Amino acid sequence: MGLSDVVAVLMFVGVVAYAIFGGADFGSGVWDLTAGDARQGAHVRAQIDRSIGPVWEANHVWLIYILVFLWTGFPTAFAAIMNTLFIPWMLVGLGIVLRGGAFAFRKFSSSLREAQIHGSVFAVSSLVTPLFLGMIAGAIASGRVPLDEPGNIWTSWTGPTSIAGGVLAVLTCTFLAGTFLAADSERSGNHALAQDIGTKSFAAGIITGAVALVAAITLELDAEKLASGLHGRGLVLILISAVAGGFSLLRLRQRRWARARVGAVIAVGAIVIGWGVGQYPAILVGHADIDDVIGARPTQIGLVIVFGLAAVTVVPALAWLFVLVNGTRWSATPDTR
Amino acid sequence: MLIAAQDVAGELMAARYQMALSLGFHIVLSCFGVALPALIYVLHRRGLKHPDPDVAADSLALAKKWAKVSAVLLAVGAVSGTVLSFELGLLFPGMMEEFGDVIGLPFALEGIAFFLEAVFIGIYLYGWDRLPPKVHLRVLIPIIGSGAFGTFCIIAVNAFMNNPAGFSRDPATGDVIDVDPLAAMFNNAVWGQALHMFVATYAVTGFLVAAVYAVGMRKGRLDRRHKMGFLVAFTFATVAAFSQPGIGHFTGQRLAEDQPSKLAAFELAEESEDRAPFTIGGLWIDGEKRFGFDIPWLGSIASGNSLNQVVPGINDIPEDERPPINVTRVAFQLMIAAGTAMVGIAAWFWWRRWRVGDAVFTEKWTLRAVIAGAGLSVLALEAGWTATEVGRQPWIVYGEMRTADAVTQNSGVWISLTAIVILYASMAVVATKVIRGMARRWRESEDVDLPTPYGPSELQRSTDQVEVG
Repeated sequence: MGLSDVVAVLMFVGVVAYAIFGGADFGSGVWDLTAGDARQGAHVRAQIDRSIGPVWEANHVWLIYILVFLWTGFPTAFAAIMNTLFIPWMLVGLGIVLRGGAFAFRKFSSSLREAQIHGSVFAVSSLVTPLFLGMIAGAIASGRVPLDEPGNIWTSWTGPTSIAGGVLAVLTCTFLAGTFLAADSERSGNHALAQDIGTKSFAAGIITGAVALVAAITLELDAEKLASGLHGRGLVLILISAVAGGFSLLRLRQRRWARARVGAVIAVGAIVIGWGVGQYPAILVGHADIDDVIGARPTQIGLVIVFGLAAVTVVPALAWLFVLVNGTRWSATPDTR
Repeated sequence: MLIAAQDVAGELMAARYQMALSLGFHIVLSCFGVALPALIYVLHRRGLKHPDPDVAADSLALAKKWAKVSAVLLAVGAVSGTVLSFELGLLFPGMMEEFGDVIGLPFALEGIAFFLEAVFIGIYLYGWDRLPPKVHLRVLIPIIGSGAFGTFCIIAVNAFMNNPAGFSRDPATGDVIDVDPLAAMFNNAVWGQALHMFVATYAVTGFLVAAVYAVGMRKGRLDRRHKMGFLVAFTFATVAAFSQPGIGHFTGQRLAEDQPSKLAAFELAEESEDRAPFTIGGLWIDGEKRFGFDIPWLGSIASGNSLNQVVPGINDIPEDERPPINVTRVAFQLMIAAGTAMVGIAAWFWWRRWRVGDAVFTEKWTLRAVIAGAGLSVLALEAGWTATEVGRQPWIVYGEMRTADAVTQNSGVWISLTAIVILYASMAVVATKVIRGMARRWRESEDVDLPTPYGPSELQRSTDQVEVG
């Protein structure tokens, strides 16, 4: 395993973390969107605010982490991705700004009316942003991002794999967020809310599984290189994901929300790692391998050292944040405190 | 062929405008991100330690309010900063392609800073009444530290663009070789620039916060909280405003050697000469300097601390390597004028306060001057960035890569520029509206915990909770 592989793995750690933490974060917005009117949705929305309020900014630093690794580790691949996928990236940017801004604005709105406007912006952008991120992943995975000259500015990211990737991303985020929110509601003592979200999460999980099957067929037809990687090295990860997803659904039926969340995290993590393993050693499938585009060696060593620094500074800090947020003192709802 | 060339020029301008707007928007918010936690720390600490319980209670209440406002400002700052990171690649992929690995180290370190800031802000904002008070106060320290460190890292990248270092060119192919990421990060320009920007964050935040209280006092709200909020913020603003001219002078010293074309535009110098004058006002019209007022010799002293310092002249810079002279020049002079006025306003305020004590808070013109100072601080910030960025043109990496060669080939930049204009304009309006709404509700009731109106029942519940708890 060479230095370029190390850098690629470290970058992919960020991809997996973003898929899980960012995914649960985005997915919460989808639950917000479908929560109903102000009266019906008040409990769900209050829970979403408690669940992601303290962590959402940190969850989205993972995207910056990925981008920094990408342009520092693989500068030419980064430039190619940005050139060809200009439109979806711009839309992701708009989505991130609208989402974060609206989420903060809603919390301090003066009236219900204002909160509803900000809330709907937050919710819609929470759905749209992972859609485009999934489409970007699909474009890279299906070999539509060339290295040397820019690919088609529209068709590169609207192919079958991109559509499948986008839809699957939104559904995965929703399912994942559902298990987080159900577990959080249970812990804060709101059993009725946990039951409600848990039941809907079960349905979301079934749909996600079905769409994942369709996506698998799409990959066979539209992204042969990735598909063949998934038949080989990636197969075990696909199986892990399927089993963990099934386990999660089972636990949802048994109202074991916290266990269901563990299953969902493993399922999402495994499928994302499967993608990485499946397309390895390519970084731009069909156009460039990791080794072809790796940046200057001294900087890569620096990058690995910075990762070490992050592991001893950021990881304990993140762990403390998550422990606090998941502790009973922090998750208590106003009426149980 | 001609049409193609025009298209590229059009895209270049659109990309530059979009970057300018995105940076110009983010930079104001990032000031709050860096400096506001330090202001909050002072108040929060007073709230825990002050012997007079009334003062302590007021300090703590102010710290809580500022923390809530910072939650809004920092959220918008965080997301606009995230977008900047991929706009670099979207708008100027050529730069990232060639220099992404040269300058990646400070970006990666900045990632750590950003992570720590986001994590500890999350802990701090949600930690009221949940963490032990002393621990809660200390959570601010890593936020303040990572703000300062993050500033250094990001400015290191900008300083690299001004002063490329840490690599060489293959004589045969022109490729970037021998990359030394530490040398790239610790280039000549970094210390001066980073300190200049770091102090600017405190000047801008201090002036803006003080101005909010000055507006309140103009409306007759002369309670202790207003005075306290004003004085804490204005103390930071004063220290920053007084240090900034010296730091700026130090920062400018390297220009004669490192970026002569920028210095020529800053000084509006026609020919290279020693004992060069310092010109006030003036424009570059038809290839010559017009309307300026010259102070003999001061130009050489300002840019090199010596009468013998040669100030480079615009006419000695090849035409295709000159920045837009008037934009650079006017921005530079505006920055200096605004910065000088800020020093004057700070001096005036403290002199008046020394003379008349707290009666200064009833002086109409003193308060108005502080309010004007807030506008000037933002003007100085934006003008300073305009001067350094436009003054580097036509280069994106000085002497190494032209902006035109780095810009995206995509033809849709005018559309994304339009979208960004609308987006940031509405974000600014909405953020202002939300924060004013918070201030209004705080004036109406003593309670600092604003209920979140998710729905009728939730609103009722949180109101009950406030009454109980």
